[in-house]
Amino acid sequence: MIRLDAFSWRFLKVWKRNLITYQKIWKVSFLTPLFEPMLYIFAFGLGLGVMVGQVRYGGQTLTYIQFIVPALIGIAVMQNAFFETTYTSFVRMYYQRTFDGMLATPLSLEEIILAEIVWAATKSTAAGAIMLGVLGVFGYVDFPMGLVMIPVAFLGGLAFAAIGMVFTGIIPTIDLFNLPIFLFITPMFLFSGTFFPLGNLPEWGRTLAKVFPLHHLVELSRRFCIGVHETDVWLSLGYLTGFTLVFILLGLISMKRRLIQ
Amino acid sequence: MEPIIHVEDLVKNFKTVTAVDGITFSVYPGEFFGLLGPNGAGKTSTIRMLYGFSPPTSGTLEVFGMDIRKDWRKIKSRIGVCQQENTLDPDLTVSQNLALYAGYFDVPPQEALKRSGELLQFFALSNRSEDKVADLSGGLARRLILARSLISRPDILVLDEPTTGLDPQSRYQMWDRLDALKDGGLTALITTHYMEEAENLCDRLVIIDHGQILVEGNPRDLIAEHAGGNVIEITGHEEAVIEFVKERNIRHDDLKDRLIVYIPKEETELYNTIMDRFCVEKCTYRNSTLEDVFLRLTGRELRE
Repeated sequence: MIRLDAFSWRFLKVWKRNLITYQKIWKVSFLTPLFEPMLYIFAFGLGLGVMVGQVRYGGQTLTYIQFIVPALIGIAVMQNAFFETTYTSFVRMYYQRTFDGMLATPLSLEEIILAEIVWAATKSTAAGAIMLGVLGVFGYVDFPMGLVMIPVAFLGGLAFAAIGMVFTGIIPTIDLFNLPIFLFITPMFLFSGTFFPLGNLPEWGRTLAKVFPLHHLVELSRRFCIGVHETDVWLSLGYLTGFTLVFILLGLISMKRRLIQ
Repeated sequence: MEPIIHVEDLVKNFKTVTAVDGITFSVYPGEFFGLLGPNGAGKTSTIRMLYGFSPPTSGTLEVFGMDIRKDWRKIKSRIGVCQQENTLDPDLTVSQNLALYAGYFDVPPQEALKRSGELLQFFALSNRSEDKVADLSGGLARRLILARSLISRPDILVLDEPTTGLDPQSRYQMWDRLDALKDGGLTALITTHYMEEAENLCDRLVIIDHGQILVEGNPRDLIAEHAGGNVIEITGHEEAVIEFVKERNIRHDDLKDRLIVYIPKEETELYNTIMDRFCVEKCTYRNSTLEDVFLRLTGRELRE
């Protein structure tokens, strides 16, 4: 079903198209990663953190802000990538018919879909990098090690963009994206060792959380932002890579089924 | 002469329906070839296979002598497609749309800029080049879609209902531009619901229905063959006229409230007789058109 000769560097042309379109709105969309971390620090750090006090994680004692800052970066990567290949790609596919226009050129559908995923990962990496900078200024990220988070954010972005693309391939109408968000994004957001250590969960909860790609992204983020982690770095990297490859393939198949008849 | 498009026994099956059921035709360099048929006849399915959007179920489909299944990318890089739907980038400007599209075809940026200037001039869009596409009217957008499909200097242009939904002014302008392109030697495959458009633009055409080709030929011959030279429409006709035409084996359609009689060009006597003897309420006399042919062959019932 997926043709190998349908992949070429031409996908970068579609990536560039998205970049050009994005340049029209980038000033607005950069505001979120710039100011959102401060809201979180204010709410969780000053509000909730006072009640929580210290967190035991990876054999160390951390303040609550130290604990959640790397998770915030992982969450931002997840949301930026997932929303780009769900809502934004759906609009391009269904309402703007951009893909139909591109398919009448030498581009293949495989290249278009791959470009959407890579673009979403690019955008989420940019958001992650801005957050790294902002949080670094406040002293919550260790540099230069924190810079390793930039390629890691790109890998995480690919993973979540690919999941989003699978849903875009099967969802009947745009309103129904609420469902994968409720079933998938919200539980991951809450239970990936983001706002409390996995150790607080019962055994089955811990096992389940380790399947979540966000858990591995957040683990990697803690490793590179503050130098503390509980999961083996290579395990997390391997899991995210495998997850990404599988879901890119599934995303391609589901979009091909939807568009090519 | 080698055909640009060669289709033989082409079939397209979807899950439950056969959209294209074994059609055969060829399009030769320099001609405008029409693909006509009611909704659901298989026109769009056919052209979607032509530009590699959807894979054929069986049969031969060659463009420029290459197989669409194998050399799809080479074929696609030489076809221009003017789609029915607006597939422009609404967030970008007119010139950005052209530049980006040229890039998909590997046209170098400098060359793209030059072509884009020429095309905007040709389609009277020069003063709108920096406007956002979302602000263009339907007629302007359609012209831009056509301009965009020409930016790669295609060897064949596929026009899917180029004037559907346009006001008469925009439609005439579109025809005028298509005529100019035809004079320039362009080859095109056109689908349309407007018989007047097909009659004026197409050198040859096929009428298809239920996935099969009903007739093929040039518009004038098809009219002469299937709808005579002239038509008399008799409103509120009586039995007598029906007997009269049946006796003489004259082609006619009995539509309850009116009778359509097809009269070959040379038969002026017959025309006079019918007009004198059978005209009751209202009689209209006119030239036969491609629309008569189309309706005779595909029937008058509504399609889904």
